[in-house]
Amino acid sequence: MSAASTSARVRLSLGPIQYHWSKETMLDFYRTIESSPVDIVYLGETVCSKRRSFRHQDWIEVAERLQAAGKEVVLSTLALLEADSELGYVRKLCSNGKFTIEANDMSAVQMLAGKAHFIGGASLNIYNPGTLNKLVGLGMTRWVLPVELSKSVLAGFQKEMPAGIESEVFGWGRLPLAYSARCYTARAHEVSKDDCANCCIDYPDGLMLSTREDKGFLVINGIQTQSARVHSLVHELNDPATELDILRISPQSTHTDRVISLFDQVRAGTLEATETSHELEPFAPVGLCDGYWHDAAGMAACGGAGGP
Amino acid sequence: MELVCPAGNLPSLKAAVDNGADAVYIGFRNETNARHFAGLNFDSKQITQGLDYAHSHGVKVYVAINTYPQPGNFAKWEGAVDQAAEYGVDALILADIGVMDYAAENWPELRLHLSVQGSATSHEAVRFYAEQFGVKRAVVPRVLSVKQVAALVDNSPIPIEVFGFGSLCVMVEGRCYLSSYVTGQGPNTFGACSPASFVRWTEADSKLETRLNGVLIDRVNKDENAGYPTICKGRFRVNDKTGYAIEEPTSLNTLPILPDLLRIGVAAIKIEGRQRSPAYVAKVTRVLRAAIDSCVRDPDNFLPDQAWLSELTSLSEGVQTTLGAYQREWQ
Repeated sequence: MSAASTSARVRLSLGPIQYHWSKETMLDFYRTIESSPVDIVYLGETVCSKRRSFRHQDWIEVAERLQAAGKEVVLSTLALLEADSELGYVRKLCSNGKFTIEANDMSAVQMLAGKAHFIGGASLNIYNPGTLNKLVGLGMTRWVLPVELSKSVLAGFQKEMPAGIESEVFGWGRLPLAYSARCYTARAHEVSKDDCANCCIDYPDGLMLSTREDKGFLVINGIQTQSARVHSLVHELNDPATELDILRISPQSTHTDRVISLFDQVRAGTLEATETSHELEPFAPVGLCDGYWHDAAGMAACGGAGGP
Repeated sequence: MELVCPAGNLPSLKAAVDNGADAVYIGFRNETNARHFAGLNFDSKQITQGLDYAHSHGVKVYVAINTYPQPGNFAKWEGAVDQAAEYGVDALILADIGVMDYAAENWPELRLHLSVQGSATSHEAVRFYAEQFGVKRAVVPRVLSVKQVAALVDNSPIPIEVFGFGSLCVMVEGRCYLSSYVTGQGPNTFGACSPASFVRWTEADSKLETRLNGVLIDRVNKDENAGYPTICKGRFRVNDKTGYAIEEPTSLNTLPILPDLLRIGVAAIKIEGRQRSPAYVAKVTRVLRAAIDSCVRDPDNFLPDQAWLSELTSLSEGVQTTLGAYQREWQ
């Protein structure tokens, strides 16, 4: 449904792990998710193909366990493809035959178009209904709003959206802001990407980049750059006028289960969004933000996200 | 190998044509293109004059309509497509799927190129645009090594255009939100990165500080040159080191690898810089023209002339150049 009539119908999804964690850490993490209240889990390496804690079979095994635990499971593809080997892996994912794919680049769309239903990821650049409708015609059934777009833009979409198309927004986590050929974690270690020795595994929540006034500004995560502030739309879950179908929580190395639980309680109406602030703020050491959602600078804290 | 040159106004267009461009790319005077700067770009009268001048010299004109419309303003992009088509431009450079769909539907004879802002980095992505909209050429982001460009050219259903010289986006174009994160305005939605209205230069303790919407991007001694506060070229602290954590102020320069780009079959080389002066466009176009001609004549023995290199370096950001992602060590 394109418009949820009550906020209780908003589903919670867990986004792909954006960082490089060890195999054991990932297995433990997804075991806790099996019994968590998220409805949908996105799995897969979306940032750097050199991160190989999980082989393909490991992803499939975790996917099957989560599915058995009642979760809808989606496999997410790499956002930036450069090498043929990366294209080969996306092809393998797209032909898995069992799990739906979140396409994070047009290569995946090309492989799936007309063959299987797919989800359009936030990095596909769906900025207007013309683009959305074209992709729906090719098999897209759900889309994720680009992170820099707002609530009013989403409302504009909903006027022209075909029935049955689900809208998802990035509702908690560090915003993915950019991708590059260069690995900035390796650069911080004064080596090139080819010699990175997977050093990003030492930064399970990325590496803080601060201004010369020592203000946390961005987070380096290999070839990806994130916001240092944590984007929070927890207030949307309490808003009866909200028109979103799915709200995404992006994993961090600690407290993700607690964040999910708080969002779930707000969704159920047993907790007011305003009451979550003192619990959520410690999980956002540089502060919360929600500027994009309110047509402002992304780093701004507008609609009650709480400022730094 | 076609040389595609930037023009932010009529004098720049003439400078590009006079100095050896095969094609010139321009934009309208609004947010439908990725160089939406005050005082820049073409109104209808200038477009007509520019087209006449270029076409009478056998030079093509491409129009960049390469930002992303949103619900409520799509008509402006449709208008830009219609206008360009009616003027008889040689190609449109598009990024948004909705705009492409509109152009392919309404102007089936009009040649379409995929903008670098479309973020296509693989032959499958390029194939998508070729099959769905009949796109005839793709400009690829500055993220591929020479070997990867070669693989793309080999497998792509359509010719590939690459960047040859100019300011260097180190993030994948079309997917960088650093500017909108800080200012609310970025390349995709507004057509500009780090818009000038958010820039402040202030003096503090004998230092010059550059800020973008309040965020300190760099701080230099007063006798140093303070660059424009593009976020990715600022100085920041990571772990315990302060420096250019993302990239130094530098420009892309591919002269040293021109024979490689020619050999692997790159169809066109693009010069960045519609925001630059006519003098800049003239100089860079002249050097690239001479270099490409020399390379085509004798690719096996091509060596960039020292005078060309020093001229390009003097025109570069931070007075230095790089091969960027073409060279794996840079990555």
